[in-house]
Amino acid sequence: MDSLLLLEQTLNGLTLGVMLFLMAAGLTLIFGVMDVINLAHGSLYMLGAFAGATVTARTGSFALGVLAGVAASALIALLLELTLIRRLYARDHLDQVLVTYAVILIANESVKIVWGPQPIFLGTPEALAGSVEIIPGVPYPAYRLAIIGAGILAAAFLWWLIARTRLGMLIRAGTTHRAIVQALGVNIQVLFALVFAIGGALAGLAGMMAGPLLAVQVGMGEQILILTFVVVVVGGLGSVRGAMAGALLVGLVDTLSRAVLPTVLRGMMEPSAADQVAANLGAVAVYLLMALILAIRPQGLFPRHA
Amino acid sequence: MREPAPWHVRRGWIAARLGLVALLVAPFVLTALDRGYLLPVMTRMLAYGLAAAALDFVLGYGGLVSFGHGAFLGTGAYVTGVLLHHAGQRTPVLRWPVEIGGSADALVAFPAAAITAGALAFLIGAVSLRTRGVHFIMITLAFAQMVYFLVLAIPEYGGTDGLMLPARNNLLDLPLDGDQPIYWLALALLVGFLLVARRVMEARFGLALRGARQNERRMLALGYPVYRIRLLAFTISGAAAGVAGAVLANQAAFVSPDLLSWQRSGELIMMVILGGQGTLFGPVLGAFALLLLEEELSAVTEHWMLVLGPILLLCVLFFRRGLWGQVSGAPAHG
Repeated sequence: MDSLLLLEQTLNGLTLGVMLFLMAAGLTLIFGVMDVINLAHGSLYMLGAFAGATVTARTGSFALGVLAGVAASALIALLLELTLIRRLYARDHLDQVLVTYAVILIANESVKIVWGPQPIFLGTPEALAGSVEIIPGVPYPAYRLAIIGAGILAAAFLWWLIARTRLGMLIRAGTTHRAIVQALGVNIQVLFALVFAIGGALAGLAGMMAGPLLAVQVGMGEQILILTFVVVVVGGLGSVRGAMAGALLVGLVDTLSRAVLPTVLRGMMEPSAADQVAANLGAVAVYLLMALILAIRPQGLFPRHA
Repeated sequence: MREPAPWHVRRGWIAARLGLVALLVAPFVLTALDRGYLLPVMTRMLAYGLAAAALDFVLGYGGLVSFGHGAFLGTGAYVTGVLLHHAGQRTPVLRWPVEIGGSADALVAFPAAAITAGALAFLIGAVSLRTRGVHFIMITLAFAQMVYFLVLAIPEYGGTDGLMLPARNNLLDLPLDGDQPIYWLALALLVGFLLVARRVMEARFGLALRGARQNERRMLALGYPVYRIRLLAFTISGAAAGVAGAVLANQAAFVSPDLLSWQRSGELIMMVILGGQGTLFGPVLGAFALLLLEEELSAVTEHWMLVLGPILLLCVLFFRRGLWGQVSGAPAHG
C-alpha cells in the first residue's frame, strides 16, 4: 500500500475516532458521575440522526439539522433521566442493563413506525460537498475534514467545561466524592440530569455527523454502541482522557485493518470472496486490540482514580 | 436428623416436578388435540430454557453478568451445522493440521458443540474475568460481537444468509426426523443439565462460586482460587449453551448468524431475570414465558417490540422476584 492511501485511510480513521470520542465521552461521563451503564446511548445517537435528517430535509439547511439533532437527543436524554434512569441509581448494573435494553427495543420500534424500516437519505451539506487538497495533488473530502474539525472543537469545549467551569468542577467532584458533594448542599439530582443531557447532546451530534457517511437507519445505534464499549474499555471507564485515547486508537485500528486486509487477502483468494472475508476479519481487529490491552492492563489505559 | 427443607424449597420442587410431568405428556396431549404443529415451538423453548439455565449458572449464582452468551449458543449451532454441511457435501471440515471430516452423528455433533463452545468460553472468560462489574458486561458483549464477525467472515457458511442444513443429526443410526425425537432429546438434555447443575450448586464448588458472589475478599482470604472457580463455571456455562445451540440447529435444520448476535445475548439475560435469577428452574420458565410472549405478540401486531419493551421494563422495575419466585413463594433474592 502506498503512503498516499495510508494518509487517506489515517484521516478516515480519525473521522471514525472523532465520532467514537463523542459517544464515548458521554457514556464515560454518565458512568463516572452516576455509576450508570446506559445501553440506550446508541439510541440517542440514532434519534439525533433521524431528527436532524428530517429537519435538514424540511428546511434544506444542514446547520439547522445539526442543531435539531443535538437538541432532540439532549431533550430525549433529559426525559429518559427524569422518568427512568433516575430510578436506577440505587439499583445494580444488571437492572440498568435490562431497563436500558428495553429502551433500545422501544426506541428502535418507534423509529421504525415513524420513519419506516428503510434507511433515509442525508446528503453532505453543499458547502462541504467538494474536496480539499490536503497536500498538493491529493484531494480529500471536505466533509470528513469538517467532522475532524468539529470533533476537535467539541473535545476542546468539553475540556473547558470540565476543567474550567463550576459545573465541570461539580462533575469532577461527583465522580470521586459523590456523598461529599451532596453533603455540601449541591442539588445532585439537577447535576445528574444535566450530565445525562450533555451525554445525549454529544451522542446526537455524533449521529448527525455520521448521517451523510453511514446510512441513517434503525440499528445504527447498536453498531456504534458496541464499538464505543470497546473504546471505553480500552481507554478506561470514567475517564474522558481515556475516551479520547481509546477512540482514536480504535478508530485508526478499525479503519486501517479494513483498508489493508483486502489487498493482503486478494493475493490469496478470488477478489469477491476476499472482500467479504476482509470486511469481517477487519472488524475483528479492534476486539483483538481490546483483548491485548486487557491482558496487560485490565483497567484500561487511563484508569479512573478510585 | 436432617432438618426438613423450608416450605418454599419444597414448594419449588413440587412445581418443578409438575412442570416435568406437563412437559412429558405435552407431545401426546398436543397430538390428541391436533395441535402437533406447536411441538417445534416447544422444542425451541426447551433449547432456550437450557441456554438460559446455563447463563443463570454464572449470572445468578456467580454474579457474573455475561452479555455474550449468544456467542456460545451460536457457536454450538454452527459446529453442528458445519459438521452436517460437510457430511452432506462429503468434504472435510479441516484439512490442516489434522484432517477432520463432517459428521451427521449426534454423538459426535453434540459433544463437539459442547467442547467448542466451552473452549471459546474458556478463552473469553480467561480475559474477561480479570475485570468486574460494568467492564465485564461490556467486554463479554464485545467478544461476542467479535465471534459474530469471525463467523460471517467464512464465505462457505453463508455469511449473513445463514447455513441451510441438508438433514438433521442421526442418533444411534436413527435419524432425528419428525418433531417428536428432537423434542425428547431437548427435554432429556434440559432435565439432565438441571439435575447436574442443582447438585453442583449444593456441592463445594457451587458454594464457593456463590460465596465469591457475596464476598469475594473473604473467599480469597479463605484460600479459594476465586478466578479459577469462576473460569470453570463460565466454561461449563458456555458448553451447556453450546449444546442448546446444537438442539436449535437440529430443530430448524438451519443455522442463522442471528443466534450469535447481541440481541440473542440480551434475550437470554431477559429470560433469566424474568424467571428469577439464581434458581435454575426460573430461567427455564422465563424462556418459555418470553418466547410465548414473542409468539403471541408477533401474531397480533408487527410492532410487537413496542409492547414487549415496556413489559420487560415494568418487570425489571417492579416485579423483582421473577416468575419462579411467584411459583415457589421464595423470598426475594439479593
